[in-house]
Amino acid sequence: MRGLLRSNLVRHTLLALVGIGLLWLLISALPGYRSSNQIAPIAYTVCAAAGLSVLVGQSGQISLGHGAFMAVGAYTMALLQEHWVTGHSNLQLVGLLAASVVVSALFGAVVGVAAARLRGPYLAGVTLALALGLPTLASYDRLSGTLGGSSGLTVLPPVSPAGIDDSRWQAFICCVAAVIVLWFLANISRSRVGRSFRAVRDDEIAASLAGLSVARVQVLAFVLSAGCAGLGGALLAMLSLTAGPLAFQLSLSFALLAAVVFGGLGSLAGAVYGSILIVLLPQWSQDLASALSIGSAKISNNIPLMVYGVVLALAMLAAPNGLHGLLRQLARAATGRRPVRKLTSRPMEGT
Amino acid sequence: MLTVEDLVTTYGAVRALGGVTLTVEDGTVMAVLGANGAGKTTLLRTINGLVRARSGRVTWAGRDLTRTRVDDVVRLGIAHVPEGRGVITELDVEDNLRLGALWRRDRRELQTSMEEMFTLFPPLAARRGQSADTLSGGERQMLAIARALMSRPQLLLLDEPSLGLAPRITAQIMATLRRLRDEAGLTVVLVEQNARGALSVADTAVVLNLGQVVASGAASDLAGDEKLRHAYLGF
Amino acid sequence: MFQFLNLTLNGVSTGMIYAAVALALVMIWRATRIVNFAQGGMLMFTTFIAWELTEQHNVNYWVALAVAIAAGLVIGAVAERFLVRPVENGPPLNAVIVTLGLLIFLQALAGMIWGNGQAYSYSPGFSIIGYRAGSRTLLFSPNDLYIVIAVTAVVLFLYVLFQRTSLGLQMRAAAFSPEVARMLGVRVGRLLTAGWALAAALGALAGVLAAGTQPGYVTPSGPFDSLLVFGFTAAVIGGLDSPVGAVVGGLLLGILLSYAGSYISNNIPTMYAFLILLAVLMVRPNGLFSRTTARRV
Repeated sequence: MRGLLRSNLVRHTLLALVGIGLLWLLISALPGYRSSNQIAPIAYTVCAAAGLSVLVGQSGQISLGHGAFMAVGAYTMALLQEHWVTGHSNLQLVGLLAASVVVSALFGAVVGVAAARLRGPYLAGVTLALALGLPTLASYDRLSGTLGGSSGLTVLPPVSPAGIDDSRWQAFICCVAAVIVLWFLANISRSRVGRSFRAVRDDEIAASLAGLSVARVQVLAFVLSAGCAGLGGALLAMLSLTAGPLAFQLSLSFALLAAVVFGGLGSLAGAVYGSILIVLLPQWSQDLASALSIGSAKISNNIPLMVYGVVLALAMLAAPNGLHGLLRQLARAATGRRPVRKLTSRPMEGT
Repeated sequence: MLTVEDLVTTYGAVRALGGVTLTVEDGTVMAVLGANGAGKTTLLRTINGLVRARSGRVTWAGRDLTRTRVDDVVRLGIAHVPEGRGVITELDVEDNLRLGALWRRDRRELQTSMEEMFTLFPPLAARRGQSADTLSGGERQMLAIARALMSRPQLLLLDEPSLGLAPRITAQIMATLRRLRDEAGLTVVLVEQNARGALSVADTAVVLNLGQVVASGAASDLAGDEKLRHAYLGF
Repeated sequence: MFQFLNLTLNGVSTGMIYAAVALALVMIWRATRIVNFAQGGMLMFTTFIAWELTEQHNVNYWVALAVAIAAGLVIGAVAERFLVRPVENGPPLNAVIVTLGLLIFLQALAGMIWGNGQAYSYSPGFSIIGYRAGSRTLLFSPNDLYIVIAVTAVVLFLYVLFQRTSLGLQMRAAAFSPEVARMLGVRVGRLLTAGWALAAALGALAGVLAAGTQPGYVTPSGPFDSLLVFGFTAAVIGGLDSPVGAVVGGLLLGILLSYAGSYISNNIPTMYAFLILLAVLMVRPNGLFSRTTARRV
């Protein structure tokens, strides 16, 4: 039994099953509106954030355009539903989601191949251009018919089983998806693939001397993270019943990056913390504003964005390992163990 | 006059200088000799302010230099030509020279000084408008020295100027140093591994080993001390 | 044929604006090896300040422009000194994230002050009615001429500053070899701050010029984000190390976008930028005018 538990895969699988069970309890216990307004959004954000965290934190490649991958997933789902699939059973939903993952992963491969040739700020700039440019395709004269223009395409949700209401069922689907993504990425992180990501991040030359194909590793990281983001995007579409450009503005990519930096680059737990932050913060700002009688919507609407800006600007200075890193430091301090060298710190250039 | 009293410099746990004391009179050339790792470069870098001393004092012209920042040192009439030359390859030869003269009061003499440098180092004249990255190793060394001289320094700190240079050019440089000492009263601290050449141009010398002074005195005396030469100077 | 020439002219004036933004990015890159993603936010904010003065308080266009430029100097200096200085020598990723954070912060701040829903218009300095060529109207107006002249004047000024003055020489030395420069007495820190200040001031000019070209330009997000991407694309086309490349890249981009906008579609300019960026970087990952010289300390 001990031996079995030592295996990462088994441990992760058990954790995943337990997690799904707990989440189901949570969903049943809380009122329905929380499922649709909080649990579901957090869950699909986790899909995208976890992928981004692995991409940036473990493979060392920046993407300012993960919102674009989410958009690809969302539109894939909507287009397939409109033209290929009839009816909306849960089985068909699984197929649609899988297809969204595959298509966004392929798209990630294309971007990844381009990205593998780019470094640092060049990569950031290209992904920024992608984040701004891709949603405009919906307005492109020749495509706006198929893509539904600026209002987007409609998406139909799956039918929920008897006795369970729609919002809870959809939230549960999102949670299962998030757990699967986390399980998958956790296994990847612990595997040779994950090690190759980190090797390439830390020292490309050493990695290639050790026999790794740097470009292939980097592309793979993009493929995986894009697929996860696509899943998140498809779920977003399912929940909001649309796939439209307005849901995938630059602010989404910014929020995802802030989530990942806040939680801790490379950390999956951090991706969860970060997702919670970026989903709940806009809601809290509204409540905070009314509590403080700040009538102005201008101010309360921009509080989340300001927080993201501050988090990004200061995190690198104060807490480069994010919330996850801070918690780990506290835990070690509490148990009296000496701190381990940070996973995400890189050697200074030029030394 | 440059005085160094009990200078200690550490890099982490490594004691690069373990209490060095020496004095350089105005208008003289002092050679600082010793094997690799003896602390010669560290000595110059500490005097110059590139590296902070642990303890001890450096004074120049009666002024305490120990805590002075490196970007202030050149304004006090001290010029440093570092090991590896420190030529800015993205700039052209003339711009590199102008950089040497940033703090001179007599701006109108700048052009004259530049021409003097070109007379002193003809290979530089041939490349005056070119980017410094087209220069050979020897030419870069000349450029670095010329740049230092552009500031009309009173004290010149030279770190291994002969490294990688043809003997003919080294001799030229040494001759120039002698001339400047005689005609302009330039004080020079010359770090060299090529001990023989250095001793031939120096007035006084100091030998470092493992961060400590193991011998000092007139250059001719040290040159004549066979045991010392064999032990520390390799000839 | 006329159409072609007309589109080219049209592209020149927008291209000059992109060139200005590109040049600002290149200046900062050369000085501190950082791409200032916050440039878009900075120029948005300074344009808002100018807008507030000129549209809400009837301040003269030129005074407002001067204020914007001054504000740019301040924002650039403060950003470098306090936000960027700590990450200047670390891994590039950190600097990217910090400048992004500043961009987002400025967007949020502008949103808090001026709101996000309204897209305000900025009255241009000169008439936007195209010049007449015989019986036809050119896509080139007095305002466009002003843009071309203003940016050209600033570029020349910067050229003289950097290549012919002692200050400019010090700034270049500080950028290329900070340690050597310090040894020569150059106040490296102060000059890096000055470099950022100048770049932000240039950006401020570009922002005000851009705002006058279209109605509804002035809003915290949207057109200014695109302007950043266009400026970045232009800078990359020319090579981040080359100021000349920035100007050439800007003009090229402006003209290309003008053609594409007319012959293909007017609705997807940022998509064109993305594709151009991708194409250039695939062929020359370091830009068209790049030399691969290593940075020496």
